Amino acid sequence: MADEVLTAPLVLEYPFTRTTGPVIGGFLTGLREGVIHGVRRSDGTVMCPPLEYDPITAAPLSELVAVGTVGTVTTWTWNGEPRAQQPFTQPFAWAMITLDGADTPMLHAVFVDSADDMATGMRVEVVWRDEREGHITDIVGFISAVASTTGEPAAMPSDVEQIQSVRTPIRMEYTYTPGRALSQYLRAMKDKRILGDKCPETGEVSVPPRGVSSVAGKPTLPELVDLPDTGYIESFNITRVPIKMRPDLTPPYVSAWIVLDGASVGFMGLGMNVEPEDVRVGMRVRAVWKPDDELEMSAQNILGWEPTGEPDEVITDYARVGRLEQGGGQ
Amino acid sequence: MRDIAVVAFSQRQEAMINTESEVEFMVPLMNEAKDAVGLTQQEMGFTCSGSSDFLAGQAFSFVMTIDGTGPVPPISESHVEQDGAWALYEAWVKLQCGDIDTAFVYSYGKSSPGSLRDVLATQMDPYYVAPLWPDAFAIEAMAARQMLEQGVVSEQQLAEIASRSRAHAASNPHAVRTTPKSVDEILAEDYAMAPLRPSDLPASADGGAVIVLAADDKARELCDRPAWIRGIDHRSDAHTLGVRDLTTSMSARIAAEKAGVGDDKIDIAELHAPFSTSEAVLTKALGLGEDTVINPSGGAQAAHTMMASGLIRIGEAAQRISRGDADRAVATAASGPCLQQNLVAVLEGE
Repeated sequence: MADEVLTAPLVLEYPFTRTTGPVIGGFLTGLREGVIHGVRRSDGTVMCPPLEYDPITAAPLSELVAVGTVGTVTTWTWNGEPRAQQPFTQPFAWAMITLDGADTPMLHAVFVDSADDMATGMRVEVVWRDEREGHITDIVGFISAVASTTGEPAAMPSDVEQIQSVRTPIRMEYTYTPGRALSQYLRAMKDKRILGDKCPETGEVSVPPRGVSSVAGKPTLPELVDLPDTGYIESFNITRVPIKMRPDLTPPYVSAWIVLDGASVGFMGLGMNVEPEDVRVGMRVRAVWKPDDELEMSAQNILGWEPTGEPDEVITDYARVGRLEQGGGQ
Repeated sequence: MRDIAVVAFSQRQEAMINTESEVEFMVPLMNEAKDAVGLTQQEMGFTCSGSSDFLAGQAFSFVMTIDGTGPVPPISESHVEQDGAWALYEAWVKLQCGDIDTAFVYSYGKSSPGSLRDVLATQMDPYYVAPLWPDAFAIEAMAARQMLEQGVVSEQQLAEIASRSRAHAASNPHAVRTTPKSVDEILAEDYAMAPLRPSDLPASADGGAVIVLAADDKARELCDRPAWIRGIDHRSDAHTLGVRDLTTSMSARIAAEKAGVGDDKIDIAELHAPFSTSEAVLTKALGLGEDTVINPSGGAQAAHTMMASGLIRIGEAAQRISRGDADRAVATAASGPCLQQNLVAVLEGE
């Protein structure tokens, strides 16, 4: 289907490791040891979890105070459909909980059978994870408190190693859609065709197409233009250091800026079937395609660019922007 | 202080835009606003945009959209990782400096490719809250319960807000939740995230908006009835949920005072209130009364385009002034969980 929307999975992950400083680090160290701390604020009240500063007075705070492991729900909602990275796979309640000895509530999960078991003002107690590392998830969550539980803070052992950093990775999943121009480009790639788009004012041809002319600030022509899979190297570098994320690339290799015949703008490609020392500016190249039975709707169909053996391009004008100014923009 | 006005506005909002890339759908909007005042990109004194890489899932995603402005030869330009209302604020400050007379502001967001509720969890405190991945609806629902249990608002009043949003949105071609529903019908809905019902939640949208600002006589030259920004201010509440009173908004109240909301009668208010509860909080914080029409467009509940909803509120208010439907209006923009940060702008006709 020509107008079916192309989609591709896209995962964004950041392996953040954050330094904690002494206050947040002190709190996380406490969690590892089974003790929850707040911090004494300018007005003498206790904020839990603790921050290094008072949000109202901006005074620096440092006096950690152990608080209880039982607290009171100040508000809550029912999470009927837990999401992948949340604390519990069964439905649970989110709640703001003010622990005994603290004056501000903290957010966490409360495990009860249904929303009917939740109420503002109810007493809840901490469920600790067996293996604790100094992380907010050392608290599995809270459960309805047994009346006999006092939740008195446990004694904090002395001379324990302080938490100084914490891993807080994030992962988000997207379904990427490429838009009109790139969709046509990707479909054509499957047929070993390279499409570019053309500025309606200047006639400049860009590849890959974006659907917009940055020179004119206008949509490009709706019909994309076919470009040959030949061109020349306008510039290049030789990489001699391996890149962790590309184990398939063995140094030394050539990254080249390829200008296709008929295109106004270049793009990046890999040099192929050529010794790095032989690559030069102006060298004529052609695309090396994947075997026909491996072609996909992907620019990765082009494995790289190899010399054609034709005489070098004589580059007289690198200043394409200068040409662009004459044609568009106004 | 110079007199600065909104002189052009364009917008697009749809439940999902999946056939066009961000730059593809923004270019026609940019040109619509430029054509309305007969200015080219090269005649804009300054350009400022707002968007979020976390929505797009791409680093420096805004760079591709700048191409849509036609930035050749190079233009004077800036970007905020925030709603476009804050881009407008930066442009307003730049105009106050006096060396330019026009500014071009745009913002956009496509939240449909990802899970917005997860994406918004990443704006929470990274040590204590974000690792639990509470979603934005849950945080708002906890604030809603406090408001209800403390008698700040009733479920009936929340349903009235949601019902009015739908009724107003019915005549807004850019709204996505436009089917009318009575208060009783809304009260009969099952909870989505108790105590919030589906109609209390924002209708998520993809889209964007563009505003052209101009100063003094330049504004009068470009527009028959410019919408003058008579006051604009933004304030932020604490990041830590536990130290905030989620039933009120100190930041909106102070910003409204600084912007001069209470100095005279307000005909219409376009409030960046994604939830029924947010509208209840903002109406009170701004001191709006019975004589103000709230969210004549249907508001952000009827179409919530992340990164553009605040700018669209300013555009909707300005448009009604330029058309002569209102003489004095207030628009707000919000950012962060439970209206953590608020921008308030007062607009007037001449």
